[in-house]
Amino acid sequence: MSFKTRRSAGDGKFGEYGGQYVPEVLMPALEELTDAYERYVLSNEDGFMDELRERLRDFGGRPTPLGRADRLSERYDTEVYLKREDLLHGGAHKLNNALGQVLLAKYMGKERIVAETGAGQHGTATAMAAAHLDMPCEVYMGRTDINRQRPNVFRMRLNGAEVNPVTVGRGTLKEAISETMRDWAMTVENTHYVIGSVVGPHPFPSMVREFHAVISREARQQFDEQVGGLPDAVLACAGGGSNTMGTFDAFLDDDSVSLYAVEAGGSGLGVNDETGVAPNSASLSTGTDGVLHGARTKILQDPDGQIVESHSVSAGLDYAGVGPQLAHLVDTGRVSPVNVDDNAALAGFHRLSNTEGVIPALETAHAFGFIEENHEDLGDRVVVNVSGRGDKDLETVIEETASHDIENAPDMDVFERMGGL
Amino acid sequence: MSLESAFGDDPAFVPYLAAGDPSIEASKAYVEALDRGGADVIELGLPFSEPIAEGPTIQAAVVRALQAGMTPPRYLEFVRDLNVETPLVCMTYYNLIYQYRDESDRGGPDAFVHAAADAGVEGFVVPDLPVEEADPMRAACDDAGVDLVSIVAPTTGDDRLERLLAISSGYVYVQARLGVTGAKDDVSGRTAETLARLREYDTTLPKAVGFGIRTGDHAERIVGAGADGVIVGSALVDIVAKGAETEKPTDAVAEQLADLARELKAGALQGRMAVEPERK
Ligand SMILES: Cc1ncc(COP(=O)(O)O)c(C=O)c1O
Repeated sequence: MSFKTRRSAGDGKFGEYGGQYVPEVLMPALEELTDAYERYVLSNEDGFMDELRERLRDFGGRPTPLGRADRLSERYDTEVYLKREDLLHGGAHKLNNALGQVLLAKYMGKERIVAETGAGQHGTATAMAAAHLDMPCEVYMGRTDINRQRPNVFRMRLNGAEVNPVTVGRGTLKEAISETMRDWAMTVENTHYVIGSVVGPHPFPSMVREFHAVISREARQQFDEQVGGLPDAVLACAGGGSNTMGTFDAFLDDDSVSLYAVEAGGSGLGVNDETGVAPNSASLSTGTDGVLHGARTKILQDPDGQIVESHSVSAGLDYAGVGPQLAHLVDTGRVSPVNVDDNAALAGFHRLSNTEGVIPALETAHAFGFIEENHEDLGDRVVVNVSGRGDKDLETVIEETASHDIENAPDMDVFERMGGL
Repeated sequence: MSLESAFGDDPAFVPYLAAGDPSIEASKAYVEALDRGGADVIELGLPFSEPIAEGPTIQAAVVRALQAGMTPPRYLEFVRDLNVETPLVCMTYYNLIYQYRDESDRGGPDAFVHAAADAGVEGFVVPDLPVEEADPMRAACDDAGVDLVSIVAPTTGDDRLERLLAISSGYVYVQARLGVTGAKDDVSGRTAETLARLREYDTTLPKAVGFGIRTGDHAERIVGAGADGVIVGSALVDIVAKGAETEKPTDAVAEQLADLARELKAGALQGRMAVEPERK
C-alpha cells in the first residue's frame, strides 16, 4: 500500500487489529467521519487538502527542515539527520493532525471541539487550531499530567480552551481519553472529538496517520535532495504512535529502510504482578492483544484483561495502548519495537541539548537514548524525528535529573540556591 | 426461563448492580434484595477498569468492586453462589470476555460465554461491542444458548436499527438519551421518539429503556411511552455508595434497595395501566 494511491478509508482493520469497539451511540458519528475522511481528506473534495496545506504552511510553518546533526554524526560515525517537527507551530508534530481534524470538523458542520491530552502538546495544538479556525474547544487532561506539564495548561487557556481536569485513576492519558469519549457520547451530534494519536476506533488510526504522513513525505524527499537516496534507518519515539506512523508512512514500501519505534521503558519492563502496575509504557515491546479505547491492539493488561497503569518520565508516552497499525507492522516484522528507560531518555535529552543546540521533548529524547546505545546496528545514514521541543519539560527534567544522577547533565544547583528575585 | 419470556404481560423491572460492590458478601445480599423487590431480569456488572460508557456513579462502583477483588473467575463463582430466581444478564466490556481462558486454555468469547452460561448467566450486554464487531460474540452466545442484547441509541439511524434488531436477542436495550449512564435524572423526550421508531419494525423483542430512570414516576412515564421494561442502574448504585460511605449495615442497605425496587416496579405497572386502554 503506497501513500500515492490511498483513496479509500479501508475497513479499519490492520491484520487482526483495529476495528470499532465503541458504544452504539458513537457509531453513527464514526460512519459520518469515515465518509468525511474519504471525501475531504482522501479525495480533496471542496479543496479541503489544498486549504489544509496552505494553512499548515502559513500558520504552521511547514515544511519543517531536515538537518544534519554534526556532533552526533561524529560521535556515532554515522550520518544522523534530524527531521525538525519541533519547529512546527506549537512545538511538536501534533499540529499536523489537530489542524487537519479541526478543519475537517468545520467542513462537516460541527460546532464544538473536544480533545484529550497527555503531555499537553496535542491539547495545545488543538487549542491553537481551534482558535485559528474560530471553534470552541474543551480539553480533558489527567491531574498527574496537569501537574507535570503546567506550561501547556497555560498555553491552552491562553488560546481560549477550557481545560477539564480528570481525577479518576492515576490521572494520565488513559483516563483523559476515556473521559473525552464520555463527553463525546453526550455531545456527538454537534461536536467532533479530535483524538490525539493513531489510536481509537476506525477511522481515527488511518486518518491521523494520513494527517501526519506529511512528515515522512517531506523527509523522504529532503533526504534524497540533500544526501541522495534513502536513509538506512528511521527512528521515532512511540506513545500512541502518531509521530511514529507519520515518520514511517512514506518509507513503508522502502524495504531497505529499517524502521524503529522507540517506546518508553520507564523504570523497568513487564507488569508488576503484586501492584498490578507496569513501570513502563512499552505496549509494542511487551503488550498483548486486547481491546482498549475502541480498537483491538497491543495493550498493557493483567491476565484478566484489566488495563494496568503505565509509567514513563514522559507524559506523552505514558499510555497503556498503541495504534493498531503500528501493532500490526510490529507483528509483520516491518517495524522494530525497541525501548529505552527513563535514565537513558534523560541522558539523551541532555546530549541533544548540549551538543546540537536542540532541546527535545522528553518523548523525543527516548529516540536519542536509543541511538546512543545502538548506533552501530543502524547503518550509515539515520533519520530521527524530533517530534517536539522540550520547553514544556524543563521543570520535570531538572527535578528528575537531580534524583536520577544523570552524568551529562549541567549543574543547576547554584540557581536553585539563589531563590526568587 | 428465557430472557424474552421474563418480559411477560406486565412491564419488566430490570435493575443493574456491579458485582462485588462494595464487597463480595454485601453485593450478594444486595442482588438478592433486588430479587425480593420484584426484579424480572438483573443486569449484573462484571467490573472493567476502563468503563467508557459509564458516568461517575457507576465508575465509582466499578472502582469499589475491583478493590474488593472482583475478577472474571470470581464473578462466575459469585453468580453460582447467588440465591435468586431472576434471570441474570452479564454486563461487561469486551476485553474481559476476550481475554478469558478456561481450564483447557480455550480463549476468546467462546470460553467465557460457555463458562458464564454454566454458572447461570442467561444473556450479555456489552456496551463497547457494536454490531460491526459482534459476530464472534453472537456465535458464542448462539452456541451456548444464551442471549446477546443490543443497545439502540438516540443517534441510531434506520439502517443501523434494522441490523441491530436482526442480531439482538432476549430484549433490546433502548438508551433513553445521549451520554453515559447516570448522566441525568429525568425522562428524556427522545425516549418516546425512539420507542415510536422501534414500533415501525416487525420485531417481537421486548424493549427495555435505560439511562436516567430513578423513580417510580420515571418508570411510569417510560412504560406509558410504550416501553416493555425499565432498566435502572445509577439510582440503585447510589444507595450502595451511600451505604458504603456511611458504613451502614448490609441488611439496612439491602432493605433500601428492595424498597426502591418495589417503587420502580409499581411505577412500571402504573404506567402500563395508563396505556392499556389505548393498546386494546
Ligand atoms: C513531542 C511529542 N512526541 C511524541 C508524543 C507521543 O505521541 P505519539 O506516539 O502519538 O507520537 C507526544 C505526545 O504527547 C509528544 O508531545
